[in-house]
Amino acid sequence: MQQPKVLMINHEKCTGCRRCELVCSIFHEGVANPSKARIKVEKWEWEGLYIPMSCRQCVDAPCMNVCPVKAISRDEADARVSVDQDLCIGCRSCVAVCPFGAMNFNKTERKVYKCDLCDGDPQCVRFCDMKAVDFVDPTKEALSKKRDAAQKIADAKKVATELLASQL
Amino acid sequence: MALDRKIAIVNLTTGQIDIKPITLEMRKQFLGGRGMAAYLLYKNSKPGCDPLSPDNAVIFSAGILSGMPASATSRTDVMTKNPLTGLLGSGNFGGFFAAELHYAGFENICVVGKASKPVYLFVNDGEVKIMDAKNLWGKSVTEAQWAVREELGDRDVMCAVSGPAGEKLVRYANTMTGIKNANGRGGGGCTMGSKNLKMVAARGTMDIKIAHPREALEFDKRFIEQITSAKVNQTMGTLGTPFIWGATNSWGGIRTNNFQYNQLLYCDEIEPENIDEWSKESMGSEYNMAACFGCQVHCRAKYKIPDTPLARKWGLVGKYDEGPEYTSQGAFCGEPGCTHLDTLLMGNHLVDQYGVDNLEIGSLISWAMELYEAGILTSKDTDGLDLRFGNDDAVIAMIHHVCKRDTWLGNVLAEGGIRASETIGKDSFKYLIHMKGMSNLHSDERATPALALNLALASRGSDHLRSRPAIDLYHLPVDVMRRIYSSPVPYEGPLSSDHTEYIGKPWQVVWHENCYMAVDCLGICKYHTTFLGATLPNFEDWAKVLYFNTGLEMSPKDIWDVSERANMVERLFNLREGMKKDDPYKGEVLAERYFEEPCRRGAPDVIGKKIDREKFVEMRGLFYKYKGLDENGVPTAESLKKYGLENLDKEPSRV
Repeated sequence: MQQPKVLMINHEKCTGCRRCELVCSIFHEGVANPSKARIKVEKWEWEGLYIPMSCRQCVDAPCMNVCPVKAISRDEADARVSVDQDLCIGCRSCVAVCPFGAMNFNKTERKVYKCDLCDGDPQCVRFCDMKAVDFVDPTKEALSKKRDAAQKIADAKKVATELLASQL
Repeated sequence: MALDRKIAIVNLTTGQIDIKPITLEMRKQFLGGRGMAAYLLYKNSKPGCDPLSPDNAVIFSAGILSGMPASATSRTDVMTKNPLTGLLGSGNFGGFFAAELHYAGFENICVVGKASKPVYLFVNDGEVKIMDAKNLWGKSVTEAQWAVREELGDRDVMCAVSGPAGEKLVRYANTMTGIKNANGRGGGGCTMGSKNLKMVAARGTMDIKIAHPREALEFDKRFIEQITSAKVNQTMGTLGTPFIWGATNSWGGIRTNNFQYNQLLYCDEIEPENIDEWSKESMGSEYNMAACFGCQVHCRAKYKIPDTPLARKWGLVGKYDEGPEYTSQGAFCGEPGCTHLDTLLMGNHLVDQYGVDNLEIGSLISWAMELYEAGILTSKDTDGLDLRFGNDDAVIAMIHHVCKRDTWLGNVLAEGGIRASETIGKDSFKYLIHMKGMSNLHSDERATPALALNLALASRGSDHLRSRPAIDLYHLPVDVMRRIYSSPVPYEGPLSSDHTEYIGKPWQVVWHENCYMAVDCLGICKYHTTFLGATLPNFEDWAKVLYFNTGLEMSPKDIWDVSERANMVERLFNLREGMKKDDPYKGEVLAERYFEEPCRRGAPDVIGKKIDREKFVEMRGLFYKYKGLDENGVPTAESLKKYGLENLDKEPSRV
């Protein structure tokens, strides 16, 4: 069975442009306002390091576990953790426990909101040319990472053999 | 709505802050960005004022589309009466400031007067506050930005900051944002220094309501593809602006040793591919380029300064920076005749930290080198510094001396070329390569009359971003050129695909002047226009992107008219401040060496080329005609009326 896709962040590809924040806020709120985005690029400008941060849709989600009114639930089919806006009481317990800071608070509505994967077509992914944010099958992603790591070992092995041969 | 951003007029003498709306009528007249800045400068600076006096104004102006999803729109125009030239001073930086200013509720911040002690402005969610800058004064560009973020307890504060060079009133000190985004030209940083203004810090969480959000996103997706599919932008996204160096230098278009040659020899170390290799080595092979807000071209490389004897001497080993840009390659290598990578990377880093125009400082140091070799300057004048061409150490030393004004020559060069030539005397002025008192880019335009004409006519003085018909060099077929240059207004006059020709070039300069003014008003980056490729967005696309985002319905011709009007305001400002057509100091002429000294190196179509004086004057005349100006370059009563500027002097501000 195919695994549901997840949002995968590869910060090494990020150019720090924050377009993901911009399109997220427009898609969800109809306004350009990165402070209302569900994704945020954290930046260490003096080192050239940029890391996009968003919801990891945790399997054992702390936000879901802590919610006192069961407003947060997990859909196994699309691997998405979502907030029922009608049930949310705005207590912000989820904001407190989320290890990634992925839960946001809407000051006007006085309710929490989070990444909902744009119903299967994440706009941050669609607009990121660099694929620093990607929407992928986690099993496949792990496999391809295994392959990359193995390739590095194989390359190192070749270099070592050549080096040995040259010394003989 | 998308167009509810405001203007703040801040008087630092009195502490008064007026917050005013931007009327729809003003929007349609000037859009935003550079257009609005030109109007605000005209109305808020005192005619004939000393640029360093409280009567001058400095305007920070975001583009109308800044912070919106219309590709790279986070451009800020910083405009002032230029302390270097006494004419219009204007520069444009990318980064993240313009977007943040918009999210903070403002589009333009106009600062007049002078604070009694160092201050900075904090623009936050509809409010502007004057804050004490005691702890920021004296700090370098990045130190000041990190310090203010710490002080305000917010990592997302974006700053337009003046560096130590601005505090020392170096006349070509610029305004910076982020690590290396420079409002390179125009002396904005110097004016800020004269006002005791260290920075404008912006932070905002206010909505910009997009008029048609879904359509805006869909259009933007296509718009981005149009931009990133152009080969030129793909190259830009991997090598940055230095990619132009290789082609231009081998062709013979790089001014070397202060205009004595037009090609830098044996410069493999500073070729774009080598810079890229060093970036990978110093940042890790997986390293990525850096981008401005929302931009998918991402043209900034990252690097750390290598461990070399020179870098060790100046204590700069391992320092992080971004770039270097094409301009830095010319300023610290081409012009002073240096060919080493460490000189380029250190020079670039120093100007970023001091907050000074790399082009101007590099040109003036190279000018001083020619004076030194010609015997006009002696080692007594240079405090013993051996100011020969190719002396890397001397270039780095002079950057420090100019920005700190701590030697006689450093202090003299900090005043700019024309003032320095008056102090130095002898034949020194003859060797100065300037237009309207500003040093030229390191490119050599003797084989490209269209680009040369643009230099002479640019409103902010010698320039490569006011109207550079750079696609001239692609030899596009005439029918393709006609399609570009006949829209959105018809043009049936001559055109020529030959870049060495004089035919049809005045219209190309007119067209590109309006094209670049349009994007400067919209806040879009010039790399997303026909500046670099014929397939890139144009007036047609801007009308749509403007509509989907802001709801403002303007035809391509309407946007063209905004450009004409804003360019005319800039011209009126220059005329008011003493620009005369043939004045060698402030006029619309080329440096004499363009007419007199032929190119000595390069490709066969370059060697021996110089600008023909008569044909140049003819081109200038045609340009004036197309622009609705009289034979002296002054707008006719008819054209002033056409653009609603007939009472600009007399009427009260429309803001």
